[in-house]
Amino acid sequence: MSTTVTPPPKKTNRLGLEVLSYKGSKTTLCAGCGHNAISERIVECFYEVGVNPWNVAKFSGIGCSSKSPAYFLGLSHGFNAVHGRMPAIATGALMANRNLVGLGVSGDGDTASIGLGQFMHMLRRNVRLIYLIENNGVYGLTKGQFSATADLGSTLKTGIPNELPPFDCCALALHWGATFVARSFSGDKKQLQAILKAAISHRGLSVIDVISPCVTFNDHEGSTKSYSYMKDHEEPLHQLDYVPFQDDIAIELPEGETTEVELHDGSRLRIRKLGRDFDPTDRIAALAALDQAEAAGEVLTGVLYVNTSKPTFDDMLQLDDTPLALLPDAKLRPSPAVLEQAMEELR
Amino acid sequence: MSTLEVSPVEPSSGPTGPSLVNDFSLQVATVNGSGSQTANSVLMRAILQMGIPVSGKNMFPSNIAGLPTWFTIRASRHGYIGRRKEIDFLVAMNPETAQEDVRKLEAGAGVVYDEPLKLSQIRSDLHFYPVPFDKLVGPVCSEPKLRKLVRNMIYDGVVANLLSIEMEEVRQALVKQFGPKKAKAADLNWRAAQTGFDYAAKTFTKTDACRVERSNQTAGKIIIDGNAACALGAMFAGVSFVAWYPITPSSSLVETLIGYMRRFRTDPETGKASYAIVQAEDELASIGMCLGAGWAGARAMTATAGPGVSLMSEFVGLGYYAETPAVIINVERVGPSTGLPTRTQQADILTTATLSHGDTKHPMIFPASPEECFRYTIDAFDLAARFQTPVFVMSDLDLGMNNWMADAFPYPSKPIDRGKVLTAEDLERAGGFARYADVDGDGVGWRTLPGTNHPQAAYFTRGSGHNEKAQYTEREDDYIRNMDRLAHKFDVMRGHVPQPVVEAAEGAEVGLIAFGTSDYAVRESRDQLLAEYGIAASYFRLRAYPFSSDLAEFIARHQRVYVVEQNRDGQMLGLMRLELAADLIAKLRSVRYYGGLPLDARTVTDDVVAQEGKK
Ligand SMILES: Cc1ncc(C[n+]2csc(CCOP(=O)(O)OP(=O)(O)O)c2C)c(N)n1
Ligand code: SF4
Ligand SMILES: [Mg+2]
Repeated sequence: MSTTVTPPPKKTNRLGLEVLSYKGSKTTLCAGCGHNAISERIVECFYEVGVNPWNVAKFSGIGCSSKSPAYFLGLSHGFNAVHGRMPAIATGALMANRNLVGLGVSGDGDTASIGLGQFMHMLRRNVRLIYLIENNGVYGLTKGQFSATADLGSTLKTGIPNELPPFDCCALALHWGATFVARSFSGDKKQLQAILKAAISHRGLSVIDVISPCVTFNDHEGSTKSYSYMKDHEEPLHQLDYVPFQDDIAIELPEGETTEVELHDGSRLRIRKLGRDFDPTDRIAALAALDQAEAAGEVLTGVLYVNTSKPTFDDMLQLDDTPLALLPDAKLRPSPAVLEQAMEELR
Repeated sequence: MSTLEVSPVEPSSGPTGPSLVNDFSLQVATVNGSGSQTANSVLMRAILQMGIPVSGKNMFPSNIAGLPTWFTIRASRHGYIGRRKEIDFLVAMNPETAQEDVRKLEAGAGVVYDEPLKLSQIRSDLHFYPVPFDKLVGPVCSEPKLRKLVRNMIYDGVVANLLSIEMEEVRQALVKQFGPKKAKAADLNWRAAQTGFDYAAKTFTKTDACRVERSNQTAGKIIIDGNAACALGAMFAGVSFVAWYPITPSSSLVETLIGYMRRFRTDPETGKASYAIVQAEDELASIGMCLGAGWAGARAMTATAGPGVSLMSEFVGLGYYAETPAVIINVERVGPSTGLPTRTQQADILTTATLSHGDTKHPMIFPASPEECFRYTIDAFDLAARFQTPVFVMSDLDLGMNNWMADAFPYPSKPIDRGKVLTAEDLERAGGFARYADVDGDGVGWRTLPGTNHPQAAYFTRGSGHNEKAQYTEREDDYIRNMDRLAHKFDVMRGHVPQPVVEAAEGAEVGLIAFGTSDYAVRESRDQLLAEYGIAASYFRLRAYPFSSDLAEFIARHQRVYVVEQNRDGQMLGLMRLELAADLIAKLRSVRYYGGLPLDARTVTDDVVAQEGKK
């Protein structure tokens, strides 16, 4: 009998990587900030799906939310851009290297206030990017002013009410071309995981609007982006299960209650009905559902829309299979004969 | 007040006599949208084909149709292809401006005009050739819609007859202009030109002095505008990502590039592109996309003009501080604000040098010719990659949009430079890296591209304070060290940007400094200064910022140094003031023109002579 104790084998994912390989540096955001919970979900999901971290490019704008890419996926390249302009940086980088897995994190100010223009144009292009909005209805980093997603009547800590109607980023995304649109809540661990994993498997632009309370400036009574408000008003559309493509085990489920959406890598999103009928491939229905929820004072969460057939921007541009950044010189610089031809045409 | 009487040397292009052979300026005045561009290009090309150095300048309005436009063709056996103010031959087609156009002419000039304009009464010292264009165009073209366009080709025939331009050359220029696909249009235009020629031949007795005589000064030359030259440069630089937003005068650069890239950078078998060209929603997005693409390893560029550069400001600061390559071609136009969008200037120098808030400095390259547009666009990509920073190519409307005679471009001699990029193997060997560490002493760190297959490849790019390892920091010492390294890097660039062209005049007290398209006027002005006033002037043609160390030496060697530039405030001189020692600054004088037309030699000469106290 041996006396040596072998330590239990470390848990690894399908790439043989531990969860540590997906962590970032220690967060400097406030304790309890919704953004921290989202960072944790990102770590778990990229680990569990088994995404190669050095194939991921992280993008963000400016804000507390936009700081968060430093706190997850430390082995991935990151680009912290300027306020509201992350879509441009991400679009350029993802065209330069179409093999990258793009993950963008933005705030509601970053996206819907200063960055609305870039956000909308990114939607039209269906860039292959997960665009996650950490939506707290305020500018956290500049200490609590209203953003353009603050709800009508919602109040600041000082009691000042918001008098302008909000932009609903999911509605914008549905309208203008995103091919995966979801809303979640930073406190809803299971749902957010399923949505994030599905977005990883989606080929196209995923817009995920996550209500993510700012405990310091917008978690008071009167706020519609607080933990307690979300507890009372969150209205999940359905229950979601992500079935990875490697997972062949068929889970038996009662007939008629679930629908499945097959994602690009063969993974499936299994959607279990909760009360109402909802078809996430019907864009118009999704828009209507958002409108109805707003009128009813509910915050609908879940996958609002998936479209797996629309071409992505890199496909539209008919880019070479090799990433542009890695093309050899011979592909980049035409021959002397081409220059001679061009010169002859100008003589 | 000067009491010195200087009798000017007889100028080489006086109003009379045989000196106007292969040495004159011809102006065509029309309204824009009338299709005169083709007729003018054909005329210019025909003169070039006859072996005479020639240039064409289009002065057009910021408008689609109906406003006055002037096209000036200068033929110069001396090889002067800058603008000349004096006009020796006018084709007056625009009723609105005809009277004023005629009044401005040099005495002895020839005037071809549309007969109903009745211009011959205005002056008695000119040679008038009235042509009934409407009567002549009828038999040539039955379709009323086309008549307006074909009408212009009639003046080509008239001018060819009066100036002895060979009709065979006109025909060839037409064929070239229209290409094989538009043979029918070429044919129609050819008939119009012949009609004009025949009419002139049987109607006029030539009395003015402008004439073309076959020569051999243009063998092998091409005709190209600077924008097309930059486009070709970009293609041969290996550009792989372009984002842009249309703005005059830079739009044609990208449009020409799109044409070339489709033909020559698309795989003929798979149809796949070795590039992405994105028309962005604005200039903020176009520069942002370029930075993203450059960061990820593409060779990225954008082209714009002043208003676009202003919008790019915040992002360019990020490019500087996060050290991301990008090429920005600024085809300068007249500011401030919307300014005169279709006129030329060199007035974005100061804004560009320090574009964005905080301490920033950006390299600028100043091409003066299509050859340099081609060469320096290639160099700009290599510099941006090598020094990991946005690089500006400072063209202007005159260079970018006008047709220039140029030598054929040489194939790039150096391979593509992608700068300091670590591969997975490099990382394996080195066991990691620090993104912003100055390991080579040139201020440039090594970078990795996202997607590099190695656990130690990643770093975090940010516009906030960062240390050598690209980690967030607000520490005073980290910040200062980083900023000093950036300053050092900029300093190292001095030796890597295009160097100046210096032409020293023996024993000269006077020096001239100019850059970009001012070159043509300044070269001609040097000859005028010497021939007419006995002033020998050395010439320093600046080709880049940061300035080479030769600049201080050049100024030191001369007593008075004139900085010639096309802006109101002497911006380049201002930039020099920031760097030079006080004794050198004291020697600098400013020659500025900012009217929006291409600079002409006489303007420079008159200003220098006045400041020299010789007038
Ligand atoms: C051009 C510019 N204007 C203003 C700012 C100041 N600023 C920094 S973060 C921020 C708002 C961030 O709000 P949000 O995107 O909602 O992020 P949060 O902090 O709430 O997560 C503002 C206005 C800036 N950085 N840049
Ligand atoms: S201020 Fe608000 S948004 Fe920013 S870290 Fe704190 S809780 Fe989060
Ligand atoms: Mg916010």
